[in-house]
Amino acid sequence: MTEEIIVAGFGGQGVLSLGKILAYSGMMQDMEVSWFPSYGPEMRGGTANVTVILSNDRVSSPVLNEYDTAILLNQQSVDKFESKVKPGGLLVYDGNGINNHPSRKDISIYRIDAADEAAKMSTTRTFNMIVLGGYLKIKPVVKLENVLAGLKKSLPARYHHLLPVNEEAVRRGMEIVYEVAEA
Amino acid sequence: MKKELRLLKGNEAIAEAAIRAGADAYFGYPITPQSEVLEYLMMEKPEERTGMVVLQAESELGAINMVFGAAGAGRRVITSSSSPGISLFQEGISYIASAELPCVLVNVVRGGPGLGTIQPSQADYFQATKGGGHGDYHLLVLAPASVQEMADFVPLGFDLAFKYRNPVMILTDGLIGQMMEKVELFEQIPRATEFDQDWVATGKTPDRERNIITSLDLQAVQMEKRNLRLQEKYRKMQAEVRFEEIACEDAEYLIIAYGSSARVCQKTIQQARDKGIKAGLLRPVTLYPFPTKAIQVLTEKVKGILSVEMNAGQMVEDVRLAVNGKIPVEHYGRFGGMVHSPNEVLEALEEKIVKP
Repeated sequence: MTEEIIVAGFGGQGVLSLGKILAYSGMMQDMEVSWFPSYGPEMRGGTANVTVILSNDRVSSPVLNEYDTAILLNQQSVDKFESKVKPGGLLVYDGNGINNHPSRKDISIYRIDAADEAAKMSTTRTFNMIVLGGYLKIKPVVKLENVLAGLKKSLPARYHHLLPVNEEAVRRGMEIVYEVAEA
Repeated sequence: MKKELRLLKGNEAIAEAAIRAGADAYFGYPITPQSEVLEYLMMEKPEERTGMVVLQAESELGAINMVFGAAGAGRRVITSSSSPGISLFQEGISYIASAELPCVLVNVVRGGPGLGTIQPSQADYFQATKGGGHGDYHLLVLAPASVQEMADFVPLGFDLAFKYRNPVMILTDGLIGQMMEKVELFEQIPRATEFDQDWVATGKTPDRERNIITSLDLQAVQMEKRNLRLQEKYRKMQAEVRFEEIACEDAEYLIIAYGSSARVCQKTIQQARDKGIKAGLLRPVTLYPFPTKAIQVLTEKVKGILSVEMNAGQMVEDVRLAVNGKIPVEHYGRFGGMVHSPNEVLEALEEKIVKP
């Protein structure tokens, strides 16, 4: 099994840390993992993206131009990466601020209104964990217990009191994600 | 520190490996995309873990001359920078090579020329493998293709540097530097407590001659002798050649790529084979010495070679020297901070090598 994922959105949405927690989760599940961020000037105020690969085999190229899954968190990212999803692949997006919705017919499209949900839960900083939960509901590439172990490993000990809030966010994401179009 | 499995950035792996390799000192100056090396070292407080000195110098010129001094005292010393900073190092590197001192230099290459960009590049191949500064000298150049190798090549670099009394360069780029992968960290190697008194400048004792460390010799006859000794050493260093062959046994077409470009090309090889094109990959692990003989052996078996580098065509010159006109050799690569994708390499392989 190899899952090639791009996560993209605004800097500050937790794009890179979402990718990092995925990578840690894969590591907890004894998978080979790679995490390659955009580290350019676009990070400051603009868009950020990260390529995460989870695989049972040695990871070859950490840089790709087509993906099994795209997790897209703003309009620019939808515009840029919708066309880069492999036919039959998966696109998950947050509906907040999206005017031109993804429309391909040859991929599965799911929507998750994680920004709204995070505001409702008054934990805006768990936005990315809600998104992660939504993705894992559709594609359970890593087990929830390994996500929680990965979260624990990636967070410094002084933040461990926030683990339950994050776990709740992941579970909430699993509930609110919904299908827009099937491939 | 025991053996340990961690998820680290390439830059962090270099830093952690420097502490574990028993380095005595790191001197450096921050520059993107390798600032995590110094940041990680500062956070880890190696002076508490092993007594290792970590110092941010006032500039690259300061840093490389601190390396020169520590190496002259026989210490295990390492520095890192990125392309424009490495250019500033060059005077010092030439002096260190001439004085025959061991040290490990890390270049996390970014796009050039000039200040260029902060994105990954392999455009410093010539600078790293042909000398870099003035005079007839060579560095021993290691090219890691994974975060694991970023860690492993630090102690290897120290071993080779001391074996040959020659600076060793780890030539990597922003892609491997910024990427996180699993890495199995080796057990702590204790710092050396005794120094080779044959050549180190640690204070003269009554029972021996002075050890003079200099790169200056005003007598041309003497300087020629020094050069002959250096050339003899570079001949011996050829024994250290290292490379990896992937899917080469039945290959009809060969890709040669190192470092992050080799990772991209591994995917291209799979894609090519899915299409029925029998492609193989030769990955030089040492760029100096260059795996000339391995390429010559494969030249007898394949129809053409594509040298895939994130530059405008540098290593391809060494490949052509090895092949000596026997089969077609072409270059492909994005550059200036752009990274080619596996599909782009496959297209180039078909266009430039398979089709003609």
